[in-house]
Amino acid sequence: MPTVTMTVNERQVSGEVEGRTLLVQFLREHLNLTGTHVGCDTSQCGACVVHLNGDSVKSCTILAVQANGGKVTTIEGLASGDALHPMQEAFHEHHGLQCGFCTPGMVMSAVDLLSKNAKPSEKEIREWLEGNICRCTGYHNIVNAISHAAQQGDAA
Amino acid sequence: MHDFGYHRPTTLADAAAALESAEDGKLMAGGQTMIPTLKQRLAQPSDIVDLGAVEALTGIREEGGALAIGAMTTHAEVAASDLVKARIPALANLAGGIGDPQVRHRGTIGGSIANNDPAADYPAGCVGLGATIHTGKRQIAADDFFTGLFETALEENEIVTAVSFPLPGQAAYAKFPNPASRYAIVGVMVAQTGDSVRVAVTGAGPCVFRDRAIEAALSSNFSASAVGTSSADESALNSDIHASAEYRKHLIGVMAKRAVAAAGG
Repeated sequence: MPTVTMTVNERQVSGEVEGRTLLVQFLREHLNLTGTHVGCDTSQCGACVVHLNGDSVKSCTILAVQANGGKVTTIEGLASGDALHPMQEAFHEHHGLQCGFCTPGMVMSAVDLLSKNAKPSEKEIREWLEGNICRCTGYHNIVNAISHAAQQGDAA
Repeated sequence: MHDFGYHRPTTLADAAAALESAEDGKLMAGGQTMIPTLKQRLAQPSDIVDLGAVEALTGIREEGGALAIGAMTTHAEVAASDLVKARIPALANLAGGIGDPQVRHRGTIGGSIANNDPAADYPAGCVGLGATIHTGKRQIAADDFFTGLFETALEENEIVTAVSFPLPGQAAYAKFPNPASRYAIVGVMVAQTGDSVRVAVTGAGPCVFRDRAIEAALSSNFSASAVGTSSADESALNSDIHASAEYRKHLIGVMAKRAVAAAGG
């Protein structure tokens, strides 16, 4: 079986996987990083969004072997100890979640958005969230949270 | 998903060799269609040859009055490229409207055209702009490349290396997206270069096609009011829960008008 080595949340990890092992399976089942969720498993919902080499990707639609040698950040990698990342703080402050299932993917998408577009308009935020589905339909406060995080200026 | 042998070559020659030696090998570009297809067991290749590490397949260059885009260039790279935005903004726009941001970070132009999904955007971009598809062994005009439903002129184990787009006079792409998937229910690329007007339609039929009636109308008067009616045979258009053939035919005219208006006509 192939061995993969990658940097996950600034820690070098490696493991034996099958060719068909998805990145999200490697993260959840091999590394026990279960903050990354699997919602649809069909590339639609975005609950599994992580960053790979600085870009947000759907970890259910990428093989672990494709991420070999890469740098991955998951929701667990955002906070510094007990201090929430500014985007997590904004979701908390503006009640950007209801059941919370989609939240890891929403937060990871939002952080990527601000890294590419520091001051997005509301329209740009809504367009960016095209690939993240909230089945509680709590979009309004999610967009609010991202807007406020952008105004604070340190959430990229 | 069934398991498979995984290969990650760094050169085109090694990729070709891995493919040749596999019992039933398949190329993988960005994997945004391939992986869902494998999950559903619609394909069960013995081996996957991942083109993700082949440097020669990336990059966007301007050469000889055309933009050459490497096959492994992602939709996000095309959408964000200053060169593409300056030379063929219609193409940057098209790439920026594919799927969602995460799909655009992985999905590639080469993968999209080799798959030739009937509702994909790039086939309309290639045919509308009169692109040339470069492979490891030859060059194919876009008009001859897309041959049918998920069918292309590619031969067994032939690898798309780049797509070159001649710079148009004016061009724009308009699409009526499926609100869930962002695939085109109908998408139309209109391009005018000198006296020539090309109108390519995706999403409406089993494969991208040129709408000759609209091309003729726009050749004599490049304005939205001149678009008229599509010449598409309604009985050959797609009809499904998203849109009837009649509605798709109507949308061809509407999207063509929007594209011409956006192109300044």
